[in-house]
Amino acid sequence: MGRRRQKHLVLILAREFASNLATPTLIADADGTLVFYNEAAEEVVGHTFAESGEMQVDEWTSSFNPRDEHGEPLPPERRPARFALDHRRPAHDRFRITSRDGVDRDVAVTAFPLFAHADEFVGVVAIFWRC
Amino acid sequence: MSSLRLKIWGCRGSVPTPGPKTVAFGGNTSCVEVGLDDGALLVLDAGTGIIDLGLDLVDRGVRRLHLLLTHLHLDHLEGLRFFAPLWDERVALDIWGPPSPLLGLQERIARAFSPPLFPIELRDVPARVTFRDVPREPWSINGVSLAANLVVHPGPTVGFRLETAGSSFAYLPDHEPALAGIVERSSDWISGAALADGVDVLFHDAQYFEDEYETRVGWGHSSVSDAVAFRRVVGARRLLLFHHEPQHSDDSLERLEAQAQSLAAPDEPKAELAREGMVIELP
Repeated sequence: MGRRRQKHLVLILAREFASNLATPTLIADADGTLVFYNEAAEEVVGHTFAESGEMQVDEWTSSFNPRDEHGEPLPPERRPARFALDHRRPAHDRFRITSRDGVDRDVAVTAFPLFAHADEFVGVVAIFWRC
Repeated sequence: MSSLRLKIWGCRGSVPTPGPKTVAFGGNTSCVEVGLDDGALLVLDAGTGIIDLGLDLVDRGVRRLHLLLTHLHLDHLEGLRFFAPLWDERVALDIWGPPSPLLGLQERIARAFSPPLFPIELRDVPARVTFRDVPREPWSINGVSLAANLVVHPGPTVGFRLETAGSSFAYLPDHEPALAGIVERSSDWISGAALADGVDVLFHDAQYFEDEYETRVGWGHSSVSDAVAFRRVVGARRLLLFHHEPQHSDDSLERLEAQAQSLAAPDEPKAELAREGMVIELP
């Protein structure tokens, strides 16, 4: 059956939801690929999603040098989006990042998994809160 | 297996609308018969159009059927209770429908077959009925490849793509892709686009004129311009506008069809309105 690949409907609706939020929000699919972030996140990131394109979510978050309250690098497994991807459970944490503009920012991130059905994990949503 | 024969038994949306103002396009709710060239039969949706189809199938002696339900809103299910083959113990009927996180397909359909809505329980119908959630991956029935994807409409709802070696058909009778975006989206982000990609014929929701849609955003249906825009992005070769608004008389629908045709560029196919009784042969 010669069909194009299609994002799951839940991701499509999550993107529409995120694109209407003033809160920085990113969406990753079940494989951990960052598939969208909204305009509010673009302000933090410093460029648009169209410019950066899809990439692994770990690669994206590492680019902000996330670190804990002691200035130690935050390993991927402690980052809420990665935790939600690996464990399929919600996660929340606070840490410091350095944005593309060179400014250090304290942020809190809430990430939660998206299930289309009990056994169908389709991705995660991560929301950034400025502290 | 190569050809598909589509017959529309019902294309009205929301509620049946019998009467003198709807004779041209018909008042029965959604039902499409898909005939295969080996004589096998698929049925899409069980609106009231399925009642006359059922009587026809009895005359034809059909005993093996597959019914594919896009969703369980009443206008896609209400005819099932009066579908003659369901009341024939010689008939084997497979009912396919969208999975739900909460209840199985049989339990959800059984609600329509229970007091006070109906006097006979689903478990007591004579036909041998099997209930199947549509698979997440494409599958086949009698040599036809099928795919079902969730689409934008309230509650679990799928659209279908049917494909043979020589032809393809997409059925999206209840669909509001504009709610999640059509224009300025890559096609992998458009609800239903993979199902309708490049098909020979697309049946698509076009329930509203533009001014009607403005006050019904989120109800799960499309305006005529959104249906035309959707066809354009998926590259379907023919568009049949489906799920007619019950308030629309034949005259209104003719205006809607004219509006749809005015939206097409000179090199694009002109949209047509689905009509009860219409037959489309795909090679």
